[in-house]
Amino acid sequence: MADRHLEPDTPELRARWGSFALNKAWDAKAKAAIARYPAGRQRSAVMALLDYAQRQVGEETSTQGWLPIPVMEYVAKYLDMPVIRVVEVASFYMMYNLVPVGKFHVQVCGTTPCMLRGSDDLFTACKKRGMEIGHVSADGLWTLTEVECMGNCASAPMVQINDDNYEDLTAERLDAVLDALAAGKTPKSGTQEPGRHTVEPLGGPTTLKDMVKANHDYRGDWA
Amino acid sequence: MALADKDRIFTNVYGYQPWNLKAAQARGDWDKTKNLLALGRDKIIDEMKASGLRGRGGAGFPTGLKWSFMPKEYKPERPGFLVINADESEPGSCKDREIIRHDPHKLIEGALVAGFAMGARAAYIYIRGEYIREAETLFAAVQEAYDAGLIGKNACKSGYDFDVFVHRGAGAYICGEETAMIESLEGKKGQPRLKPPFPAGAGLYGCPTTVNNVESIAVAPTILRRGATWFSSFGREGNKGTKLFQISGHVEKPCVVEEEMSIPFHELIEKHCGGIRGGRDNLLAVIPGGSSVPLVPADQIWDAPMDFDGLKAVGSGLGTAAVIVMDKSTDIVRAISRLSYFYKHESCGQCTPCREGTGWMWRMMERLRTGDAEVGEIDMLQQVTKQVEGHTICALGDAAAWPIQGLIKHFRPELERRINENVREAAE
Repeated sequence: MADRHLEPDTPELRARWGSFALNKAWDAKAKAAIARYPAGRQRSAVMALLDYAQRQVGEETSTQGWLPIPVMEYVAKYLDMPVIRVVEVASFYMMYNLVPVGKFHVQVCGTTPCMLRGSDDLFTACKKRGMEIGHVSADGLWTLTEVECMGNCASAPMVQINDDNYEDLTAERLDAVLDALAAGKTPKSGTQEPGRHTVEPLGGPTTLKDMVKANHDYRGDWA
Repeated sequence: MALADKDRIFTNVYGYQPWNLKAAQARGDWDKTKNLLALGRDKIIDEMKASGLRGRGGAGFPTGLKWSFMPKEYKPERPGFLVINADESEPGSCKDREIIRHDPHKLIEGALVAGFAMGARAAYIYIRGEYIREAETLFAAVQEAYDAGLIGKNACKSGYDFDVFVHRGAGAYICGEETAMIESLEGKKGQPRLKPPFPAGAGLYGCPTTVNNVESIAVAPTILRRGATWFSSFGREGNKGTKLFQISGHVEKPCVVEEEMSIPFHELIEKHCGGIRGGRDNLLAVIPGGSSVPLVPADQIWDAPMDFDGLKAVGSGLGTAAVIVMDKSTDIVRAISRLSYFYKHESCGQCTPCREGTGWMWRMMERLRTGDAEVGEIDMLQQVTKQVEGHTICALGDAAAWPIQGLIKHFRPELERRINENVREAAE
């Protein structure tokens, strides 16, 4: 956490983002988020609003998005809370980007369950393509981050790129995914293991086989 | 005796069939939920207590008992809240994700039943931020339930008003701790609160709150439908029911599978995972309950029953039943050191022993990994883990200490070997 820092507040940053406001679509989502909490508790929506703001910045810059200081100030005003409370939240949670990122944020899980299944190879594959942890690649396409356990351990190793997970990876399979993204295509998300559906044992489930073909109702077998 | 498919709760765990309301109802969800609520608060809680269900989030606290701590009556200005912990971030754990993306209606129905049993007015499902597609499914499923009149005003025509809201996290392991989760829900940094007051007294917005794991809530409707005696017919005394096991690491076929509690380790692995990679003799050690519990060497885990007491007996714990298997190709010191890095990364920074200790322990572990240390430092590390453990507000400090203690306990000769070889190299 200590190695995170804010993008400096410069006149150029102000000029670019000083007039930021949520557009109609994100504003509607922001209002819906606030409505999920009791009256007077609108601060609870700060996490949602920061997410929406980051996504709008992403749309405007063709990247995954990030949070310049003026954008955080906008969120603080929107929710009637001190700016520092918003900055605290933005810097505490890892999914808020505090500095600009590339078009694709390649988040390779490096925690032990993925490490045991070969995440080292995935880092090597990324670095071979010129990616460097914490940096945007020269072509603006990639930002590489090592992330902590993403909860896909039974289909490890995995990478999350922007909103999608790619699981059961090898260096070759990751390369195929990255090639497809670079070419503007949408690769299939989820497991990349041929023949695997989700997290069943490879080769077919050992349980609940009736469910594979039909929406089986087991209540008939209840004693 | 093996668990039969008819006794599995999460029948769509692999997502072969749609998650939507119509398909879920065809599988038996939301079937006369009104009748379950008609049992009344006390009867539901008694049934949950009798079922022997212990919380599935790691601590194993009896679920029915937890519900009973909520007030019998509420003042209008202090309503009760149910918070459902879907911030699944414990390394090795990947079960709540399958429930949410493939069987979300079990969770939403459970939220209504549990919320009713504790007299809560609403449930907040706190889903970890990285589960982006899973959250999309959950939002859609909640909307389906509203549209069908199953939740909201007069939920299931029971006369009870109950809301279910989804709250997305944004990447902080610590928010899985219940009071940190409450802080996060209030729009703050997720730093744990001191207890007491306990959440049942003063939780979300200062109101009575109960925090339960996704799996604990999602199994509740099925338990009530089939009865406490059905659920308690599985597993050993004090460790009842069925459980989603998540097996990762060096098995032939990693998977998530629902099995009977207390199933022996070797049976779980051989039946569902195709065995250890390279055979039984190739097994080195197992972390049986997610990264926070100490590892268990091969010979001790093989016949151990996979439940709370069985794993406690071998010096570890069931945790979330996230089984991380390591074969003899594993650099065991690196595997544990990587977990130390995880805890360093995830420490919220509130308590000094944890904030400073996790970083110190990780750096020490890295030196032990390369053997760049003195033998006496192993004992020093052990002492430091003892100074972190139990001296912090929440259990993250303990969770950072235990894997290292397990490593020193079982693999001390390996640590010493690395140190000695490093010394020899330097001398040459």
